[in-house]
Amino acid sequence: MSAPLLEIDGLDAWYGPAQALFGLSLTVARGEAVALIGRNGAGKSTSLKAVMGLVRRRARRLALDGADISALTTHRIARLGVGYVPEDRRIFTDLTMEENIGLARRPGRDGADRWPLERLFALFPNLADLRGRRGGAMSGGEQQMLAVARALVGNPELLLLDEPSEGVAPIIVEQMTAALRELKATGLSILLSEQNVALCEELCDRAYRIDQGELGWSGPMAAARLTAD
Amino acid sequence: MALDALAFQMINGLASASGLFFVAAGLSIIFGVTRIVNMAHGAFYMLGLYLAVTLADRLPGPLGYWGGLLLAALAVGLLGAAVEVLLLRRIYHVPELYQLVATFALALILNDAALWLWGPEDLLGPRAPGLKGSVELIGRRLPEYDVFLAFAGPAVLLALHLLMKRTRFGRTVRAATQDREMVAALGINEALLFTAVFALGAFLAGLGGALQTAREPANLNLDLAVLGDAFVVVVIGGMGSIPGAYLAAVLVALVKALCIALGTVEIAGLAFNMSKLTLVAEFLVMALVLVLRPQGLFGRPQAAAARAAASEAPLRPMGGTGRALALAALAVALAVPALATVWAYAPVLALDMLIAVTFAASLHLLMGPGGMASFGHAAYFGLGAYGTALAATGLGLPTLPAFAVGILAAGAGALLFGWFCVRLEGVYLAMLTLAFAQIVWSVVFQWEEVTGGSNGLIGIWPDWPFDSRAGLYLAALAVTVAGLYLIRRLIFAPFGHALRAGRDARMRAEASGIDVARIRWLAFTASGMLAGAAGGLYAFAKGSISPETLAVGRSIDALVMVLLGGLASPAGPVLGAGAFTLLQDTVMRETDYWRALLGALILALVLLFPGGIAGGLSRLFAGGRADG
Repeated sequence: MSAPLLEIDGLDAWYGPAQALFGLSLTVARGEAVALIGRNGAGKSTSLKAVMGLVRRRARRLALDGADISALTTHRIARLGVGYVPEDRRIFTDLTMEENIGLARRPGRDGADRWPLERLFALFPNLADLRGRRGGAMSGGEQQMLAVARALVGNPELLLLDEPSEGVAPIIVEQMTAALRELKATGLSILLSEQNVALCEELCDRAYRIDQGELGWSGPMAAARLTAD
Repeated sequence: MALDALAFQMINGLASASGLFFVAAGLSIIFGVTRIVNMAHGAFYMLGLYLAVTLADRLPGPLGYWGGLLLAALAVGLLGAAVEVLLLRRIYHVPELYQLVATFALALILNDAALWLWGPEDLLGPRAPGLKGSVELIGRRLPEYDVFLAFAGPAVLLALHLLMKRTRFGRTVRAATQDREMVAALGINEALLFTAVFALGAFLAGLGGALQTAREPANLNLDLAVLGDAFVVVVIGGMGSIPGAYLAAVLVALVKALCIALGTVEIAGLAFNMSKLTLVAEFLVMALVLVLRPQGLFGRPQAAAARAAASEAPLRPMGGTGRALALAALAVALAVPALATVWAYAPVLALDMLIAVTFAASLHLLMGPGGMASFGHAAYFGLGAYGTALAATGLGLPTLPAFAVGILAAGAGALLFGWFCVRLEGVYLAMLTLAFAQIVWSVVFQWEEVTGGSNGLIGIWPDWPFDSRAGLYLAALAVTVAGLYLIRRLIFAPFGHALRAGRDARMRAEASGIDVARIRWLAFTASGMLAGAAGGLYAFAKGSISPETLAVGRSIDALVMVLLGGLASPAGPVLGAGAFTLLQDTVMRETDYWRALLGALILALVLLFPGGIAGGLSRLFAGGRADG
């Protein structure tokens, strides 16, 4: 079996002087969707930020496609094919929807751009009519879709998704779930941090539960509900 | 008031506004993306002017002249890029205050570099070819060059607007201004962006300077003067807003023009020369804007959080060792007058140190436990000095009452200015304190009948028993010890707890029933009174004072002393003031380039010993426990 796309072993992370992650280990294989579950403040978002290099971190091994990324800065990690959809969406509110997308567009590692606007709009039809809309004037659900679209135009191989269902309407969650399933079907690997277990079950193969910054449980997604505390 | 006089002043004002706008726009763009307030931005302007004067003189013909101007601005842009790579990259993660001081240190070094390269004389550049004449406007002759400059401002504003809206670079800058982390997460090279942005900002400042070639001579005071003006403009317009900067530059220029055009007016039977207001007019406008709309005309409210990352370890009451050390220091201090027989200079130096310690301790109370960085603490030092001096010489009061008058004057000033200042945070607060200090300085400088203007006041001598060197020294020691003791009591009283709570988490403190603004106001006033006491001692120690006593340099000295000692320790200001005074009285006296030396010292502090002397010592004793 080939090396996993993302390989994390013994990951510690800090916010200033406070340690938030303690020796986390997990893997994401190519084409696999993996869920990070756990309570608020357990360290799910921190794990994703640590992979992106957005918090101070240290790991025995932090590798993407077999190559060590523990010493790389955030933009280098992004360029290696990691797309990041942050917790609170972090849309550039001053820029239009199209400018948000344009800023993020770059070819994948193979030099191909797989995400022309038409394909994005096919995935998220709601966005098609909002090209000139300022990011700050979009609704939460629209912003959430834009955040995913913005990550996709970087042509990633691994998508880090932080709470895509948080604070958006149920109908949007449904659309988002469908879109993510479609993405997974194209072979994109996904690491999803999510409170919404139903969404995880729709999408993910395996799950890791984080308790107070440490790995609490891991196993097949189908068994995750039984472990809930 | 004649309308043509006003129109004339307005064109003149718009011409100055253009230069100021270039600097302010650069400052604003840099702050937007990097969150650094570049105190060296005035120095970039000054260097642009010096370089342009030199180049325009050497290169032949009109092409040489205009090409020289552009080359000068480009060279400054390049310097900016170098500064970003070599210095700023090392300080993005340090607390805001250290960034301010580090870039100020850079300004000091650049100033001495200009002194070394071009000498202390003013340099006047050649007139602009093609624009040497003047145009007639309502019966007045206006220099063509001023008219050209008045149009250059809006032209650059438009160019910047297009750059920001139409180019990928501009969009990246706008995105990074909002969320630079997210920009990096999209694969954009943050480091490269920061370098480019800093180079652009420096280029704009250099251009602003270069374009003044035909208007004003290059001189070494320009950097601070322009920096102050540019700050005012940026704060009025709103940090990060380019149109705001232009509007504010025009507003300030127009208010000044109006003051000059109005000339002497009578208010309630008193003749008042409005043109004297020009020095303070911009600061008055800024104070007004900050109070009514703290984020500036076009600015957005600042995110309140940001502080939490820099929270300090809690203060601990002094242990046995600390007490012993303090008593030993006191014993040494008491023995100093006896030293005079072997080393005559000892009491003089020691008195300077005591004054510095009191002054630094007063600022430390504000900055450490209070969390309010003042860039204008010299105002209260100066109010104390002038209050004491006027009471002693003008009113003929004895020494002690005169001293009390000085403290009260400083306290009254702090009470008044503090009310405005404590409502703001961070950079805005620092800028407002600077603005108030400039107002006090201008008043002292211009109110010749009372303050003696630039000549200052002389013959301020204490009477018995303070008229001997030892007498005054011991009195100063008593004041210093009492001041330090009071500060300690304050810090460890519930008042001090509330003050620190407000510093670390303002909203949480308010939610638990603490009136943060009031607590901070009281601390501001107490700090001002103590600074006033230092000023009063200074007046008696020197016998004469001048506006220099409360100039911006003294505020910076105090900042350096506090940082040198270490912000997080109550013993910091004592150590910092002592070391700084020693350094100033020995090394810096020996060289023409003391600014560069001071700058290098500050940079070394920020980059190598951010904890200051006290931080370094406690780390030494803790045996590396403070790691992490």
